[in-house]
Amino acid sequence: MVDILDIDDISYDYTGSVVIEEIGFQVAAGEVFGILGPNGSGKTTLLKILNRNLRSKTGTVLIEHEDLSRLTKNEIAKRMAVVPQNNEISFAFTVTDIVMMGRMPSLERFQMESEEDLRIVFDAMEKTKTLQFANRFINQLSGGERQRAIIARALAQQPKIILMDEPTLHLDVNHQLEVLDMVHRLSREQGMTVIIVSHDLSLVARYCDKMILIHDHRIEAAGGVDAVLTPENMRKVFNIEASLDYDERIGKNTVTIIRPC
Amino acid sequence: MIDEAIESINRRRARWTLTLISLFIILVVSVYYSVSKGPIEITFMEFLYALVGRGEPVHEKVIWQLRMPRVMMAVFVGMGLTVAGVGMQALFKNPMASPYILGLSSGAAFGAAVAMVIGITIIPGRLAIPSMAFIFCFITLMIVYNIARSHGRVPVETLLLAGIAVGAFFSALVSLLTYLAGDELEGIVFWMMGDLSQFGWDNFIIVMPLVVIGVVATYYYSRELNAMMLGDHHAMNLGIEVNKVRFNVLIASALMTAAAVSFVGIIGFVGLVIPHIVRMIVGPDHRILIPASVMAGAIFLVLCDIISRIVMYPGTLPIGIITALIGAPYFIYLLRRRRREIGW
Repeated sequence: MVDILDIDDISYDYTGSVVIEEIGFQVAAGEVFGILGPNGSGKTTLLKILNRNLRSKTGTVLIEHEDLSRLTKNEIAKRMAVVPQNNEISFAFTVTDIVMMGRMPSLERFQMESEEDLRIVFDAMEKTKTLQFANRFINQLSGGERQRAIIARALAQQPKIILMDEPTLHLDVNHQLEVLDMVHRLSREQGMTVIIVSHDLSLVARYCDKMILIHDHRIEAAGGVDAVLTPENMRKVFNIEASLDYDERIGKNTVTIIRPC
Repeated sequence: MIDEAIESINRRRARWTLTLISLFIILVVSVYYSVSKGPIEITFMEFLYALVGRGEPVHEKVIWQLRMPRVMMAVFVGMGLTVAGVGMQALFKNPMASPYILGLSSGAAFGAAVAMVIGITIIPGRLAIPSMAFIFCFITLMIVYNIARSHGRVPVETLLLAGIAVGAFFSALVSLLTYLAGDELEGIVFWMMGDLSQFGWDNFIIVMPLVVIGVVATYYYSRELNAMMLGDHHAMNLGIEVNKVRFNVLIASALMTAAAVSFVGIIGFVGLVIPHIVRMIVGPDHRILIPASVMAGAIFLVLCDIISRIVMYPGTLPIGIITALIGAPYFIYLLRRRRREIGW
C-alpha cells in the first residue's frame, strides 16, 4: 500500500513547554488510522499541524509525497477535510448551505456551484442520511444529525483524507456507533483514508486498522491495534488494568477495562 | 431525491434574482419619489425626460442641481453604512455589531472634527477630512475590539459595552472641540444627528467611490464570510486565510463608515436594522445578503430623507433623528428577543 501521509520528526512547543516531540509515522491510503492518547497528551496540537493550522517547529509532513508547508490552504483543503470536535453553529444556515461550503476549495471566486457540484453535494448528503432534512436549519438539529451534516461537508470536499477530532465527544452512544459505522463503511467503499483523533480506547480499538499511542507528548507505540493496545501499554499510558479482546459477536476488537491502577 | 434537491436549489436562485430585481425597482421608485417632491412637483414622465436630457430646463436644473445630489448621497451613504454593518456582524459573529453601536461613527466624527477645527490631517486637499475620519474610525475599532476580547473570544456583552463607552468618549471629544472652536464648527447638530441637506455633486464624487470600493471588497469575500460565521476553525479547514479576510473586511467597513460620517455626520442604526431585516427575508448567505442589503440600505435612507423633509416642511429635520427614532426601538426589541432566541 502507498503511504498517503508521511510524518517525520514533528515537534512543537508553546513558549518553552513541549506539546509534542519527535513524532513520526506513516498512514497508508485507505486506512482507518487512530491517534490515541489521554487528554493533554498533545493530540489536538498534532491534528492542527497535520492540517497546517499550526506550523511545526521541526520536521516535515508529506501528503501524497508533497511537502505540506509548500501548499496553499486551499490546496490542502482539496486533499484533506476536517470534522472538528466542536460543531455548535448558531446561525440559520440550512444543512444544504453547510454541505455546499465543502465545494468552496474547488470553486473559483464568484463561480456558482454547477449542477455537477450540486450532485456531489447531494450525493454526500445521501450517503450520510442528511438529505431528508436538507432544508432544515443547522442550529435546530440534534448533535448526531449535525455531526453527520459536517461529515457530509467533508465528503463534499472530495478529499483523500478525512481528519476527525474526537468524533464522538458530544454524541449519545447510539449516535457514536451510527456515525463511526458510517465513516468506516465509507472508507472501505471509497478507499478514503480516515484519521481519528481520540482519547476513547474502545472507539479506536473497534474501528481502526492501525494506530499510534501518544504518551507524554511522544509516540509510545505504533502499528496494528493488537500490537499497540497491550495490557502493558494501556497500564502505562492510561493507568488502567485492561485487555484487548476480539469479540466474535461484532467481529471487532473491544477493550475490557478491569480496574484503575 | 437528488434531482428534487437540485430543483429546490434552482428555485432558490430564481427567488434570489427576483428579490434583487424587486428591491431595485423599489429603489428607483423611491429615488423618483424623493426627486419629485418639493416646491416644484415633477411627474414621472418629466423625470424620465429630464434624465435623458430632453426635459424642461427648469426641471433639469431642479433635478440635477438641487435634488439629485442629495438623493444620491442618501443612496450611497445608506449602502455604505449597511454593508459596513453586514461585514462587522459576520466578523464578530454577532447581530448587534454595527458602526454606530460600536462607536466607530463617533470615532470617525472625532477624526473629521480634528481635521476641520485644528487642521491636522494626513492627506491635504479634498481628502483631508475623510482620511482623518478613516484613521480614527480604524483606531476606534481596534480599541473597542481589544477591550472586548478575552481569551481569544469576543463576547457580545463586552463588545457592546466597550463600543458604547468608547463611542461616548469620542462624542464628548467632538463636543469639546466644538465648544472650544466656537464658530468654526457650525452646529454640533450636524455631527451628532446627521444631515443630508448641505451638499452638491462635489462631495458625492468623493463618497461614492469610497463606498463602492468598500461594498465590492466586502462582497468579494462573501463566501469566506459565510464559512467564518461558523467559526474560525471551520473556515481554516475549508482553506480560508482567516486573518487576511478579517483584516480586509474590517478595513472596508471602516472605509465606508468614514466616508459616510465625514460628509453627513452620524447617522445611527442603519447598519444594524437593515441587515437584520434583510437576513430575515433572504437568510444568512452573504452572496445574497450583501447585494440585497446594498439596495435595502439605500431605500431605507432615501425614505428616511423624504420623511425628514416632509415632517418639518419647509424646513428639514436632521436625518439621524429619523433613523434613531426607528432604529433604537428595533434595537431594544432585538436585545429582548435575543434572550430566548438561538439564531439571528
